[in-house]
Amino acid sequence: MSTTAATESTAPLPMYHAAGSIKRERRWALIGAYVALAVFVIFFMFPPFHMLITSLKSSAEIADLNGNPWIVSAPTLQNYRELLTEGNYVIHFRNSIIVTLTVVAITMVISTLAAFALARMRFWGSAALATGVFLTYLVPETLLFIPLFQIIGGLGLYNNLGAMILIYPTLTVPFCTWIMIGYFSSIPKELDEAALIDGANHLQMLWKIFIPVALPGILAATIFAFTVSWAQFLYPMAFLVSSDQMVLTVGIVSDLIRGDTFQWGKIMAGALMAAAPPLLVYAFLMDYYIAGLTAGATKG
Amino acid sequence: MAQVSVRKIVKAYEGNVQAVKGIDLEIADHEFVVLVGPSGCGKSTTLRMIAGLEEITSGEIAIGGTVVNDIPPRDRDIAMVFQNYALYPHMSVYENMAFGLTLRKFPKDEIARRVNNAARILDIEPLLERKPKALSGGQRQRVAMGRAIVRDPKVFLFDEPLSNLDAKLRVQMRTEIKKVHQTVRTTTVYVTHDQVEAMTLADRVVVMNHGIIEQVGPPQELYHHPKTRFVAGFIGSPAMNFFPARVENASGALRVLLPNDIVLPVPAERTARYQGAVGREVLFGIRPEHLTEVKNLDRDNISVFEVTPEVIEPMGMETLVHFWMQGAEICARIDPTTPAEPGRPMQLAADLNHMHLIDAESGRVL
Repeated sequence: MSTTAATESTAPLPMYHAAGSIKRERRWALIGAYVALAVFVIFFMFPPFHMLITSLKSSAEIADLNGNPWIVSAPTLQNYRELLTEGNYVIHFRNSIIVTLTVVAITMVISTLAAFALARMRFWGSAALATGVFLTYLVPETLLFIPLFQIIGGLGLYNNLGAMILIYPTLTVPFCTWIMIGYFSSIPKELDEAALIDGANHLQMLWKIFIPVALPGILAATIFAFTVSWAQFLYPMAFLVSSDQMVLTVGIVSDLIRGDTFQWGKIMAGALMAAAPPLLVYAFLMDYYIAGLTAGATKG
Repeated sequence: MAQVSVRKIVKAYEGNVQAVKGIDLEIADHEFVVLVGPSGCGKSTTLRMIAGLEEITSGEIAIGGTVVNDIPPRDRDIAMVFQNYALYPHMSVYENMAFGLTLRKFPKDEIARRVNNAARILDIEPLLERKPKALSGGQRQRVAMGRAIVRDPKVFLFDEPLSNLDAKLRVQMRTEIKKVHQTVRTTTVYVTHDQVEAMTLADRVVVMNHGIIEQVGPPQELYHHPKTRFVAGFIGSPAMNFFPARVENASGALRVLLPNDIVLPVPAERTARYQGAVGREVLFGIRPEHLTEVKNLDRDNISVFEVTPEVIEPMGMETLVHFWMQGAEICARIDPTTPAEPGRPMQLAADLNHMHLIDAESGRVL
């Protein structure tokens, strides 16, 4: 378009803005970015902030219709104290940790080996299998829990925390395998071949060369598996009924809501504390989650 | 150290595509053999079959007298240097070089001795504690070679090790590789698509094309006595010139008829050799250095003809003169002091002592 305009008009069109405009444009882009980020942060920090404020209020202050929901007038740690000393909150927390850590461990072992096989070892049907793995992830859990209910019942694992360790990997393994297949494929094949020629067998090659190099991808999958396991709600809701078997997600709503009585202060305190482990995991693993860990392996 | 025998090996992929079509090759102990050819000629596949990274469809490979078809790479006692170096990024240079020895449970002091020795040979001693990402391309390539040397294997395999380096470094590393081979004398199989690398490094060059071996021989033999048109055109830079030609018998003496009515007499000592070519379509081949400015006319078998140069390329130590003859680009190499100008006709002398005649149909050099 501009070339047509240029040939039609007699005066040449200015091709670039005046000098210094790059600096100005960059400043405007930065201002725009900061404004957008600020809006984003405020929007997403509202719920946690509300949780924090409410968790610090007494039941009376929460119930007071004249109070301001964003301000706490008499802060108290009573909700936290009661949660940690009375009721099953601590048991739920422990159950969540047991289930999540076990599921993450199982998932990572299965997914890493599966992804390695599917990404690296060419065998008949490997491509179809890789797609199949992903397709299983697309079946929603809301459809799966009904047949699973029969299976779990048949195994005699109804209302048993162990059932969660059996079921959660059906959600985590396919997706973790899928994202790791992608990451593993980006690692130069010559690294494995060099290790095999250097004298490693397949297991040594996997353990000493491949996994250290693939760590960023493996950590990304670990974070995913942790988040999914920690936040899973539907399956424990369907399969766990007694309080001592419950995990945090269902424990909080079933123990702290009695009929139409909502113990808002404790619910908020419980939810806030429940949100801490994923935050810690993110903060801890992110340090190690350094992109470009493979830099220097090849020409790059 | 060992000899390598490749007997009738075939590599076929799905759909019966044959990458390597039954090649035979005997590599002697201490020998430096270079497999050279264009992309897709099967040279890398052959090397990978020797390494054990690629299954052999049929045929047999033996290293040091032992058939290795079913032996995994780790037990073949070979070391390989890859085009992209394939250094372990999470290990230091020392650990990279020691990895193979650690796996083979060598004592620590022996590992240290070998790594330090290799580092000295390759001049990378100050780099031992660094990670690969802190190294330049040339340094990475040295480490990759060091990793091979410390193992003291029966055979070194190089898969286009210099292709990722810039031109200057490539020449430098080429000398380095030759020096290392002269020091350690390990049997070496080296793959490259660069014929200059092949010529400079090899004891023997194996020219491959379309999955077969075109010719095997010492560099000088391939250069001066190519057996096929492909080898004649592939070895040498600038490449050999080819003209469509016909051989005629003029009362006992043979002569070659080229385009533009150029007639060249065949040297008398070659008359018997080319007798069978009379009347057939052939290609006349001559290297650029045998098409030069007119001088030393007192020698036998020099023919002078006139051409009109289109492009002149001064290279410093020589000047390349390009002209076209019936659609074929022809290159001559002249002394830089000889005046030459595009568009101005000049005389060139063809040294027919170095001419080649190639059967147009079979591609064999007559």
